[in-house]
Amino acid sequence: MSHDHSKLIRMATQMAQFFTSQPDRPAPEAVAAHINESWSPRMRQDFVDQIRAGAEADPIVREAAAFVRLPAA
Amino acid sequence: MKDFIIPDRDMGTPAVKSDVTVNLLVDGIPVSVPAGTSVMRAAAVAGISVPKLCATDHVSAFGSCRLCVVQIDGMRGLPASCTTPVAEGMVVHTQTDEVAQVRKGVMELYISDHPLDCLTCAANGDCELQDMAGAVGLREVRYEPGKNHFARRDAEGPNPEYRPKDQSNPYFTFDPAKCIVCSRCVRACEEVQGTFALTIEGRGFDSRVSAGLASDDFLSSDCVSCGACVQVCPTATLIENSVIQIGTPEHIVKTTCAYCGVGCSFDAHMRGEEVVRMVPSKDGKANHGHSCVKGRFAWGYATHRERQTQPMVRERITDPWRVVSWDEALDFAATRLRQAQADFGRDSIGVITSSRCTNEETYLVQKLARAVFHNNNTDTCARVCHSPTGYGLKTTFGTSAGTHDFDSVDDTDLALVIGANPTDGHPVFASRLRKRLREGAGLIVLDPREIDLLKSPHMGEGLHLPLRPGTNVAMLTAMAQVIVAEKLYDEAFIRERCDWDEFLAYAEFLMDPRHAPEEVEKLARVPAELIRKAARAYAAAPRASIYYGLGVTEHSQGSTTVMAIANLAMMTGNIGRPGTGVNPLRGQNNVQGSCDMGSFPHEYPGYRHVSDPETRAIYERIWGVELSPEPGLRIPNMFDEALAGRFRGLYCQGEDIVQSDPDTRHVTSALSAMDIVIVQDLFLNETANYAHVFLPGSSFLEKNGTFTNAERRINMVRRAMTPKNGYEDWEVTQLLANRMGAAWTYVHPREIMAEIALTTPSFSGVSYDLLEREGSVQWPCNDKAPLGTPLMHIDGFVRGRGKFVHTEYVATEERTGARFPLLLTTGRILSQYNVGAQTRRTENVVWHPEDILEIHPSDAENRGVREGDWVRLASRSGDTTLRAHITERVAPGVVYTTFHHPTTQANVVTTDNSDWATNCPEFKVTAVQVSPSNGPSDWQEEYRHHSDLARRILPTAAE
Repeated sequence: MSHDHSKLIRMATQMAQFFTSQPDRPAPEAVAAHINESWSPRMRQDFVDQIRAGAEADPIVREAAAFVRLPAA
Repeated sequence: MKDFIIPDRDMGTPAVKSDVTVNLLVDGIPVSVPAGTSVMRAAAVAGISVPKLCATDHVSAFGSCRLCVVQIDGMRGLPASCTTPVAEGMVVHTQTDEVAQVRKGVMELYISDHPLDCLTCAANGDCELQDMAGAVGLREVRYEPGKNHFARRDAEGPNPEYRPKDQSNPYFTFDPAKCIVCSRCVRACEEVQGTFALTIEGRGFDSRVSAGLASDDFLSSDCVSCGACVQVCPTATLIENSVIQIGTPEHIVKTTCAYCGVGCSFDAHMRGEEVVRMVPSKDGKANHGHSCVKGRFAWGYATHRERQTQPMVRERITDPWRVVSWDEALDFAATRLRQAQADFGRDSIGVITSSRCTNEETYLVQKLARAVFHNNNTDTCARVCHSPTGYGLKTTFGTSAGTHDFDSVDDTDLALVIGANPTDGHPVFASRLRKRLREGAGLIVLDPREIDLLKSPHMGEGLHLPLRPGTNVAMLTAMAQVIVAEKLYDEAFIRERCDWDEFLAYAEFLMDPRHAPEEVEKLARVPAELIRKAARAYAAAPRASIYYGLGVTEHSQGSTTVMAIANLAMMTGNIGRPGTGVNPLRGQNNVQGSCDMGSFPHEYPGYRHVSDPETRAIYERIWGVELSPEPGLRIPNMFDEALAGRFRGLYCQGEDIVQSDPDTRHVTSALSAMDIVIVQDLFLNETANYAHVFLPGSSFLEKNGTFTNAERRINMVRRAMTPKNGYEDWEVTQLLANRMGAAWTYVHPREIMAEIALTTPSFSGVSYDLLEREGSVQWPCNDKAPLGTPLMHIDGFVRGRGKFVHTEYVATEERTGARFPLLLTTGRILSQYNVGAQTRRTENVVWHPEDILEIHPSDAENRGVREGDWVRLASRSGDTTLRAHITERVAPGVVYTTFHHPTTQANVVTTDNSDWATNCPEFKVTAVQVSPSNGPSDWQEEYRHHSDLARRILPTAAE
């Protein structure tokens, strides 16, 4: 069983809503950086897996997945 | 431990600040004091105690008792030394024949109307009237017995002047028979506490201390039981019931209060290992001799009959508890934790540190996770209160902490209070703020509810912006727009301390019409003109400060709100000077400390990210283990992972997550899904209902360590009595760690602090020796600031330049609709603390025996709810029942309650929404419906059933 998927995407969406209004850097990168800083490797893996599996998500969240650091296999 | 046997000396009148020094002679001794000082205080500085009754350095001089008269060369008559200011070259004689005679006459009059039952009086040995009679050499009272206030009856019958004792307050007794009407109590209630509950009724011989109206006793009056009156009373008129029962104390242990984040210093007055009374320390730098009802009186929980002092275990959470030896409990715990890791991986277990425990205890618990469990699954209850403060202030200023000390409030011209209720949550700070408000400082309150601070007696103008819960960011952004649009910002400050281009970008963002007060009025339901007025007032004040609480942080945009607050302070230059700043009011005693000590899953002590190789290298060297560079799980993530079957074990010290965390059903399901839950606490709290191991904890009176308050002040906690459970809490953690293979050898918390200092740059100067010497220090404390840092960001921000973060309002997902048309917001009350585990086990329940739902009259009428009715409070998460109180303190559409009582469990209703940056739960906004009810909800029944089952303890076999 994995981490409740709607919740991870919901949390990432909230981040996207914040970072999209910030001028410093592209929102997807900022969302991914925040995820990398604060989520455990398993949560990150689950999140990326869900996005890859086609979970419905905000475009920024979808793009952010590419910048999320995954634990070494 | 018994080093502090001399209580602080009373200097007679308060200290005065002045740049001018005045020189005088007192009894031939030259003294230099600040201009404006009283002759009495100058004499005290010279080491001479002038006899006095109505004077005390807690309150300003009054000059009523005439006992403190002195002779001053060149002055006519005998001036009262308490009300006479010093003058250059003054020559004072504190004892002459004339002075002595006048004083004797005064004392004789006092004693003529005072009972002479000194031997059996509760103040025997601690009575200033008795001391003064001795000091002035009173040897006889020449007056015949006559009209008096103290005799119950005389030959003719009952004495009409006699009034019986008022024993309505559970903690102190008022005995009018012993009153000398010095009015110290009345002045303390006004000047120190700021409540103005007490007064002197009548005139002349009829003068009496009164708790308000004739029909009022101390309990029914406005009295908030802070005890300031009891502390200053020179006789047995107002005295602690514990002193009446036990007698006078024989030694003092200086320590720190274990309630809110103000962190008051206390003198524990002891007789043997028994507390006689708690007296706030005059030299306490946070509280300066004041306290509230919790700190001064509500410590009886430490010896409450429900205190659990023996370790217990059980196989399943539905089994009864089995009392076992420490060895068995620790083996059971260690084996199951290791088993979980063997079966489900290294990351399957974690810890929750406590904001109620000491820095040293917290440090060891996070070290247990990092160095012994080999993961970073450590979090603290600060997650659910002030984690957005950490994120927000670190991003904007560079430090996860408040900027100022509490003393700074004395210099503020305007206080902007946001989402905080200081008179209830941080009472001693509220008293200090009220004092400043009486001196003329302005007040702006942003809060859905009309808080008591707005009703401070004798304050100037107070603006209340009763915004809809969840609209903080919109409101603060609109205020910022007004400041920019009307060019009220401090350009010089911004250019020097921040990035001007970044400010211009923020200004452009702000000027969009969507941030205009008129637009925000539609969301927040606060008139645009009021928003403008508040913004102008904040920007116009020469020194404006911001104080905020959980009404800021506990939102889906908690972190954004903290950054909006920082923006306001930066654009108006309100940083780096006394009287300004951004000051989070921390909930629990050691919220600041638990965050500082590396409780968060992504940060080592001193807020250094776990991925930082240099920091890891420091700990790897000291701890001798390899450390994980990956962030661990936050509390809500732990619950989610538990429900996913991947998180199996938890060690929870001194927190009651079942009651304090949102969405109770979610929490209890998560705990029920774990293989091993270890609770360390004083009581079988609600979380223990889901635990397999109970490790008994120690109270703050039973241990050594340090707490760090909201102003970053590290205060000493000192052991006043032997732990009833046998160990201080840090020792229990060490025992558990060693059972799991660590080889820790700490013998005293000072060694733990030494390790913290060795590994954490902002603490490198901190040591127990320094704390003993200085009383307390505020971090950063290191080579650059050897005695600590009262004010931060004086010459520049810690991060370099202050950062303006854009603050777009995003509405919370928690919205009202047809099913749940009202917004619930939660808070707390003066007499209770957090989940109430401590205060519910004290006499404080007389003030707040249950949680009550506040509802506006129109909402109540629509639902047929009457005052005192039982109502059902339901959200999409769950429902509970409680009684309703109809009041206009809440706006229509908003309801309010507290979460102090487990029978109500307001958190059954709150949801799993959380702050975007930190997962701090959105306690302050829940869409709810309220309807009349005639019994407990299904959840309450179900919970009570499990709770009864889970709290059973098997009788121990007779030996």
